[in-house]
Amino acid sequence: MVEIFVLTEHRQGQIRDITFEMLTKAHEIAGNTNAETTALILGKDVKDKAAALTEYAQKVILIEDQKLENFNSEFYQKVLTQLIKEHKPILTMIGHTSYGIELTPRLAAALNTPLATDCIDVNLENKTLHVTRQMYGGKVNVNAVLTQAESYMVTIRQAAFTAQKPQPPVNGQIIEKPSPLTEEPATKRFVQYVLPPPGGIDITAAEKLVSIGRGIKDQANMPIIEELANAIGAAIGCSRPIVDKGWLPNDRQVGSSGKTVKPKLYIAIGISGAFQHVLGMKNSDLIIAINKDPNAPIFNFSDYGIVDDLFKIVPVLKDKISELKS
Amino acid sequence: MNIIVCVKHVPETAEAELKIDASGKGIEKTGLVYDINEWDDYALEEAVRIKEKVGGTVTAITVGPSDADSTLRKCLARGADSAIRLTDPKFEGSDAYAIAKILHSVIKNMQYDLILTGLQAGDDGYAAVSQILAEMLGIPHATMVKKLELDNGSAKVNRELEGGLEEVLEIKLPALFAVSTGINEPRYVSIMGIRKAMQKEIKVLGLADTGLTEADVGEQGSWLKIEKLYVPPVEKQAELIKGSPEEVAEKIAEILKARGLI
Repeated sequence: MVEIFVLTEHRQGQIRDITFEMLTKAHEIAGNTNAETTALILGKDVKDKAAALTEYAQKVILIEDQKLENFNSEFYQKVLTQLIKEHKPILTMIGHTSYGIELTPRLAAALNTPLATDCIDVNLENKTLHVTRQMYGGKVNVNAVLTQAESYMVTIRQAAFTAQKPQPPVNGQIIEKPSPLTEEPATKRFVQYVLPPPGGIDITAAEKLVSIGRGIKDQANMPIIEELANAIGAAIGCSRPIVDKGWLPNDRQVGSSGKTVKPKLYIAIGISGAFQHVLGMKNSDLIIAINKDPNAPIFNFSDYGIVDDLFKIVPVLKDKISELKS
Repeated sequence: MNIIVCVKHVPETAEAELKIDASGKGIEKTGLVYDINEWDDYALEEAVRIKEKVGGTVTAITVGPSDADSTLRKCLARGADSAIRLTDPKFEGSDAYAIAKILHSVIKNMQYDLILTGLQAGDDGYAAVSQILAEMLGIPHATMVKKLELDNGSAKVNRELEGGLEEVLEIKLPALFAVSTGINEPRYVSIMGIRKAMQKEIKVLGLADTGLTEADVGEQGSWLKIEKLYVPPVEKQAELIKGSPEEVAEKIAEILKARGLI
């Protein structure tokens, strides 16, 4: 039976959502191509986690080892190389996440398996793999095809697919395998997790957020944003470039490498809307975006859009709001 | 400490309006401003900072057309000691795998303790060249590096995980690190630096110098072949509010009031 591999991503005892999103897509592809889905879970004391995967995959391969307690791409590569050589899956799916980015390109190179990264769609037709991905920060979609091979690999963007348990239930079988890892010393060692110290403001608790991006150009322009936020009674969040430049502390960052927020109001000012940012705010109740680029991806996720220079709009908006309140 | 920094010359598109070109496989490049890839800018700065601290050399290397010299000049002005440009019409259409092969063909013959790159490029966004290159060179690597400390033949790096969490890894040198934006604050280039950089030579190599064949590079040597570019379909189109700033502001204020948000 032809297999589609899905690598389970888990951290600190939690299976991450991307796993179920990929399993859902794998099940769909498997249905169209007469293949079956195999979830792989590598870790230490993860038997109970394997059980959750049986609802999505026909097979769950479980490998436990002390060395797999925390993610280490070096160990993962060794285990996966062996599994892929043994099973020859037509497709291996791994998350385009911090773990998947670290692991997958190197694994693909080692196995000489064609790889497409950061895919938002994947299709297998007559043993040819077609993918959709994005370029230029999400401004352009690309249809691409992988060079013909017996086995392919993809990394999948988070939230590209919606997780859904297959109907009828699959009731997959758990297959425990011995770890192939030896005592050979590693060149890469996990030391610890670090969580940056919390700052003064918890943007995840804010009911209203005014969020700024690259478009504000200069730290000297912050006061007009602060005045608007004060008028609305909103906290200030931001996209990644603002934190990179040190204009706001990192606990104000909205997005995949920052916080996920769901306020009643989210005003995105000068934010283009790269998917990493959108992941963190798209479930806000009301989203208003101000950006001078009419094709900025942020408008595809907003309720209201203003295509104009933020420096013309923001000060006037502050005045109008202050007027209406008084 | 001898450091190699891999950089890419890319169009700045964050605030530009993009159009798909007639071939349907690329974007219209006219009118776009090119510069060093944002992530690579941080990699270069990190390399120069390490050199300033412990001594050694920094070599900037790129795969790209002759226009990419402006990015290499910027690297030289910022503190790189030498620069290499890998240029050949046959390199066009290369994906992450083919680019890694081209870089590898040259880097494998160089002396280095550390290779630094940006996590990804702002144009194709593969986030894959560095890891493939590390595999080909047989050296350890880490990506999404937010902090880098060198200590006696090894490095302690902080990797960014999701949601603000980081992990600390210890990695033996020589190694390759693909850095995230924000790892440092890239310096401005001084006039002196630019003047000096103009005098430095950029070494240019082509396919014949790499030991690779035509089949190894370009579309032929790639895993991924682009078929079509298109504007992403809209999931939820924003209702556009049009008018003068006063009219627009008035409408937004009314929307907020109607929803009880002010």
